[in-house]
Amino acid sequence: MTDAPAALTVDSLACARGGIPLLEGVSFALNAGEALVLRGPNGCGKTTLLRTLAGLQPPLAGRISAPPESIAYAAHADGLKPTLTATETLQFWARLHGQGGVTPALERMNLAVLAQRQGQHLSAGQKRRLGLARLLVTGRPIWVLDEPTVSLDSASVALFAGVVREHLARGGLAVIATHVDLGLPEARSLEIARFRATTRAAADDFLEAFL
Amino acid sequence: MTALLIRDLRLAMRAGGGFGLGLAFYLILAVLVPLGVGPEGDTLALIAPGILWVGALLSCLLSLDRLFALDYEDGSLDLLATAPIPLEGVVTMKALAHWITTGLPLTLVAPVLGVLLNLPAAGFGWLVASLLLGTPALSVIGTFGAALTLGLRRGGLLLSLLVLPLYVPTLVFGAQAVVRGAAGLGTATPLLLLAGITAGAAALLPFASAAAIRINLR
Repeated sequence: MTDAPAALTVDSLACARGGIPLLEGVSFALNAGEALVLRGPNGCGKTTLLRTLAGLQPPLAGRISAPPESIAYAAHADGLKPTLTATETLQFWARLHGQGGVTPALERMNLAVLAQRQGQHLSAGQKRRLGLARLLVTGRPIWVLDEPTVSLDSASVALFAGVVREHLARGGLAVIATHVDLGLPEARSLEIARFRATTRAAADDFLEAFL
Repeated sequence: MTALLIRDLRLAMRAGGGFGLGLAFYLILAVLVPLGVGPEGDTLALIAPGILWVGALLSCLLSLDRLFALDYEDGSLDLLATAPIPLEGVVTMKALAHWITTGLPLTLVAPVLGVLLNLPAAGFGWLVASLLLGTPALSVIGTFGAALTLGLRRGGLLLSLLVLPLYVPTLVFGAQAVVRGAAGLGTATPLLLLAGITAGAAALLPFASAAAIRINLR
């Protein structure tokens, strides 16, 4: 965890998917210890917004205060390898992020008994828990989560809500796109659909589709 | 970055990792060519350098489309792109892992296959030297091709078409080094040009590959 108190300010952000503007004028501010839940119907641009926050695609317009280096991104796909064990997977991400041991993360996500099991022998929910355990070994203050509770049972959802709450208590931040109730009553909610882009002109430029 | 290299090597060695695919192809090619061409030693000795180099090149090509495709499909590439190491480092490590699992074994096994193809005794050293200098370029150029075709369904054909022309200089100078070495002529020029291609590709192409991946991830 970085020492400086993290904060995330997003100012009139516009983002596009496949050259088509999806969202514009997205603005919100989060301080250390706060969480934001993004809501909206399918295809309204939640994933696009999260990918833009994570630095995987540049915004069409607007500003994101936090650098991508402070953001840990968890996507729909967990990025697990069928032939690597849970421990090996986490150790890889921990070393990549310059962090130490992975045992606390495994235990926190209730994966200790599965530590030596290969990815191909994990159930969908276990894979998801391992994918989320990766967040704990990145050491990054801002979590950007895309539907983190898919294929988790209710006990695991509660477990994960506890993990997020601990992260917030340590001064972390979280931006979560979800359709289910996470059990985080303190989290603020943001309806994404009202930022739907009205200008559809930006895609006329040939280069726009590529760059 | 060594963590990424170790992970990729580990993945390659485990079941279904594709290690040995190129090597097996190389062995099959070198065993079948004498059967197809016939037992005349002179003919075989004449074509041995070319066959050994073409075989090495095609073996490299065989495993290129897996280079980023698996990481792309399971989402690892997104996570690697957001990791603290620069994407240029990621592609360099991927190319290095590809060379260690493909180019290096090919180089080591080539002398044995040279015997099957009746390569003149003077050529063996030059065969290993030219492969050692040239196969890294094949991996680095191939990484660039894989980055360009990232995310395309059945991108293997396009990848081959993109990469093969870029492989031609390496093939020409590599095979020439062995031909000249086997004939007892000077090999400095083709080997230096080969080293130049490898050095230039390793220095420049990671930036192009990383840029291609950034665009393809959007």
